[in-house]
Parts: sequence; C-alpha cells; structure tokens
Amino acid sequence: MSSRDSILSKIKSNQPVSVNELPGLSFLGLDKIDVLETYKTVLKGIGGFCEEVSSLEEVKAYVETKYPEAKRKITTIPELAVIAETNWDAHDPHTLQDVELAIIKAHFGVAENSALWVTDAILGQRVSPFIPQYLAIIVNKKDIVATMQQAYERIGNSDYGFGTFIAGPSKTADIEQSLVLGAHGARGLTVFLME
Amino acid sequence: MKNTIDHSTAAATFNKDVERVNWHDETLWFVRSKRDKSAHAIPEWEALRDTASKIKNNVLSNMHHYLQEFEAKAKENGIIVHWAADGAEHNKIVHSIIAKHGVTQMVKSKSMLTEECHLNEYLADNGVQVIDSDLGEFIVQLRQEPPSHIVLPAIHLKKEDVSDTFNEHLGTEKGNNDPQYLTEAARKELRDTFLTRKVALTGVNFAVAETGEFVVCTNEGNADMGAHLADVHIACMGFEKLVPERKHLGVFLRLLARSATGQPITTFSSHFKKPRKGQEMHIVIVDNGRSTQLGREEFRNSLKCIRCGACMNTCPVYRRSGGHSYHNAVAGPIGSILAPNLDMKKNADLPFASTLCGSCTNVCPVKIDIHDQLYKWRQVLVKEGYTPTSKTIAMKGMSAVLANPTVFKIAGKAGRFVMKNMPFMVNNNLNAWYKQREMPAPPEESFREWYARKAKESKDKK
Repeated sequence: MSSRDSILSKIKSNQPVSVNELPGLSFLGLDKIDVLETYKTVLKGIGGFCEEVSSLEEVKAYVETKYPEAKRKITTIPELAVIAETNWDAHDPHTLQDVELAIIKAHFGVAENSALWVTDAILGQRVSPFIPQYLAIIVNKKDIVATMQQAYERIGNSDYGFGTFIAGPSKTADIEQSLVLGAHGARGLTVFLME
Repeated sequence: MKNTIDHSTAAATFNKDVERVNWHDETLWFVRSKRDKSAHAIPEWEALRDTASKIKNNVLSNMHHYLQEFEAKAKENGIIVHWAADGAEHNKIVHSIIAKHGVTQMVKSKSMLTEECHLNEYLADNGVQVIDSDLGEFIVQLRQEPPSHIVLPAIHLKKEDVSDTFNEHLGTEKGNNDPQYLTEAARKELRDTFLTRKVALTGVNFAVAETGEFVVCTNEGNADMGAHLADVHIACMGFEKLVPERKHLGVFLRLLARSATGQPITTFSSHFKKPRKGQEMHIVIVDNGRSTQLGREEFRNSLKCIRCGACMNTCPVYRRSGGHSYHNAVAGPIGSILAPNLDMKKNADLPFASTLCGSCTNVCPVKIDIHDQLYKWRQVLVKEGYTPTSKTIAMKGMSAVLANPTVFKIAGKAGRFVMKNMPFMVNNNLNAWYKQREMPAPPEESFREWYARKAKESKDKK
C-alpha cells in the first residue's frame, strides 16, 4: 500500500465515528465601527503611513517629493508611467532586485487589521510587493471593509494563482523583542486612500 | 543522536543565571500582555475562539474526506502532492525533489514540521546546504542550536549573544548590539541567498480543502521572498493544517497573530493556489504520528493547534525553564502533549513540566484543553511504566500510607517529629521539594489529635 493510502486508511479508522457539524459564521464581524478611522489608526499602529488623496496626480506629486528621482521605481498603473517603469511584468523576477519603490493597487482593505488584499491580477509579478525597498499601495476609500469576515465574503470563490494580505511594512522583533522595520521585505509602506 | 537531558535537570541549569531567567520570564510575559490587549479589543473574541474550535472539531471528524478533497483540488491547480508516513519519508521526498533539480542549496522559511522531522540534518548529510531565512531561525542556525520557541525562535538569546554570533559569522562590528544594525546585516546576507536559490521550502499555516490553496503567514516576508524567486517551491504540512472552506480562514487569521504576538494580523498572509508560470510547486502532506493521535480520543484535540505559541508565553514553567529544556521541536504546554505521542519513553518527563494552573487552556485560540491533557498524559505514562523510578517509588509509598489509617497516623507523627527535631533529614539536597522552597513549621498536633483532645475536654466539662 502506498503511504497515501495507508495514511488515509489509518485516518479513516481513527477519526471520530460521526462528523461534528460546521458552525455558521454569519453572526461574526457585525460590530459597528467607523471603518475608515479604524483603518487609519490600525495602520499607524503597525508602522504604515497613510496619505489621503483624490487623484493619481496627487500620488505622482507625493512620490516625486518623497523618493529620489535617480532610484528605480516600478508600477502597475499606466497613469503613473511618467514617474515609474511599467511593462516589467514578464521579466525574470530577479531583475527587480534593485527596485527602490513599487506602486501598486489593492482590491480592498480591512479596517480591523489594516491589511490590503492583492492578487496576481494586479501585482504584475508575485514578488513585486516583497522585493522593493519601499512599497506604496493605492486603495479606494469605499473599498475598505470592517473585518476579515467581510474580506472573505468579498473574495468569495474568485480564482487567483496567488493572493496576499499585506498589513504594514515587513518587520521583525527576533532580537530581544525590539521592533525593527524592514526585515526582508519593504522597509516602509505608504497607503494612498483614494477618494 | 545526543542524549536527552530531562526537563527538570535542564530547567535547573537554566535557572542558575537568575538575572537571565528573570529577563526571559518578563519578556515572555510582555508578549502575553500584548496578546491580552489585542484580544480584549475584539468584543466577539470568545465567539471567535468557540467558532475556531468547532471548525477544527469538524475537520478532525471529517479528515479523511477533506484530505482527499484538498489533494484533488491542489492537483487541479497544478500542484504536485506527496504523502509522507513519517519524518524519514518526508525528508526523502524533499531531498528527491532537490536532487531532481540538481542543486545543493535551498532557502527555507519557518516550518516547525521540518524541525520535527530533522530535515536540515538529513539534507546536510546528503550534501544539501539549507539556510533558514526567518531572522530568529537564522540566528539559532548559525549558533547550531534548535529554536527555543515556535514563534520567537531566538527568544532565549540577548542582543549581545546575537551580536557575537553575527560578528563571528557575518563580520559585523564587535560589540555593536543595536538590533537595527544587526537586522540590517542579516537582511543584506539573506537577500543574496533569496536571489541565488533555485529551491525554496516553506511551512504551511492553513490549507483549504475546498480550493486546494495553502496560506503561509510571516512578518518578515521571507517565505514570499524565497518562494517567488525560486524555480521550485516545496511546502510541507502536517495533515491537521486543513480548514474546510476559504471563508474559514477569516476566523483563524483573526485569532492567530493576536494570540501569538498581539498584532492584529501578520504582515503577510500569503495564499498560494497555483504555481507561477514556469514554476514547480510541491506539497508534502505528513502524518508522522498524527493519525495515531487522532485515534487517542483524550488527546485528539491537540491536533487543533494552530501554532500561535500563546500557551508558552503564558506558562509559568516555560517562562522560567526556557524552550530548550523541553527537548522537542514544539516546546511548552502544547509541545508537552504532542511529544509523548511521538515517543512516550523519551518525552515521559514533559507532561510533568507543568503546574496544571490552566493558563494555557485559557489563552488557547482553538480552546484545546491543554492542562487536562497534561494531567491525562501523566496517568497514561504511569500506567505504561514510563515515569522515573523515584516518582514511582514515592507514589507507591504514598498510596500505602494513605490506604491504611494506622500507618497514616504513625507516619504523620513521625513526620512532625522529624521536621521539628531533625529538619536536616528532609531539608537536604536529596529532597527536590526544598529547592527554592521552605516547608511550613510542623504543627504541635495533628487534626486527629486535636479533635480527640477537644472531644475529651468538652466531655470532661459536662
């Protein structure tokens, strides 16, 4: 018998005789909160920056003042092609190693933990939010949900090859519990909350 | 294989450095306090725990079905699925994948399962160099130590220790203990590793039966840096990592990081469903004793564990004995109920490394009855004859004394006499009760004697 079959048969004979019912989830995540305010507070608490903007022009202006022109920037947003490279999505992912800033979009955000949901469809490359020194993500204010309960309702059964929730900059506290931003991924995260 | 030092002996050694033990204790309690603050901010916290526990109950009772569903979906998604009955088979499978691609180096993110299977040693023996990319694991790997905590692998070390280690291996400035500086040094070193490895291995936090996807949670982004740059991604999971449907992830992701470190969620919660174009993705599903534990009705619940580490951070014994004293990949209270299933003889000491205070059970996000299971393991281990002789003799003596009223009376009298007149007979190095403890002053008379005297006095009055 293969390991697969022997493991499965052992599990079958050892698991409880009757199936325990799955609980419903509809009663969770219903507490009323100010979604936008909560999002901003939590993001600040985990080391992210928040910029409220009403157009991509404002994003452009912000990036131009905050990030040196000489350093490499990439984006998935055609309107930002003047300030950052586009058309890098088919390149070898290793070629992104010298990127200073990546500017991408998120499908939606989650107020309770300030996480942003991104998938293959809007990442350009899977490694794009991890490999740059700094990361900026644009999300519409109307696309912030309250909790992870609503987040998964929104994701539903949509198909993706890869998707991730990103909450703040990469961090570690592995040395004596001292918080250090910028472990292996981005050292800083700016979230542009779009009107 | 090194000889195992039992928990109490290792704990005694750990306790020699009082200052460090106090620091270890306080640091972990600080993490526990952050967990409390975070949990208390969620009004429906208890409902979440209850729901998570029920979902896991369903998974355990329907494992046979969910595993096959998961396998079928993962295959549909283009993932290659392997099954390993034990640690040895797991290691062989991982090595065969690496060998097939003709490489001798691999980058690995945190996976307690690979610690459990001793994968690194096996691969090293077969000429494959593994670099652990989680900062804490990277530190302990350089020091040739195992992790001492499942979430905070280097929590037993001070920044001075890390500085010395990095000075020796990475050439950082001697005496520079700044965590920012040290982390930056590791970042530079590991970035090069990520960019040059063809094979990356990650653990799995959750696997979804409904969709065939798996979720990996990190704060550092190291699992993603490895996986998205490598040609081959190998993900290793114990079969109990399953959840039925994607929507159930919402419940577990709300609980996991809050219970672990008090964060609202880990920085990255990555959902891997299909390999990226041109990439090969493997999942190794491991049993290694789990199906046996599933059949032990009293200990089955231990398989609900989502590896948050909350039970360790709160445990008064763990905090004052350190993770290494548990001589098991998973330390602390949860490790002490998982380990005897793997090897009763080797781990017979662990269920006794607890005061049974129940704090672990109270913080567990999936409501495992941890302290009850510790208590139950003690009974199993005694019955099976795995407890140390000194304990067995003491227990047998105790039961003889308690079973016979006359013997009990005489023993009590003798005990009071000895404690009063010859305290050195009991207060010596042979009696573990006197370590960091004083016995109460012996009473003048026993309750029985008092009762008899009072009865006589009141009778005399009449």
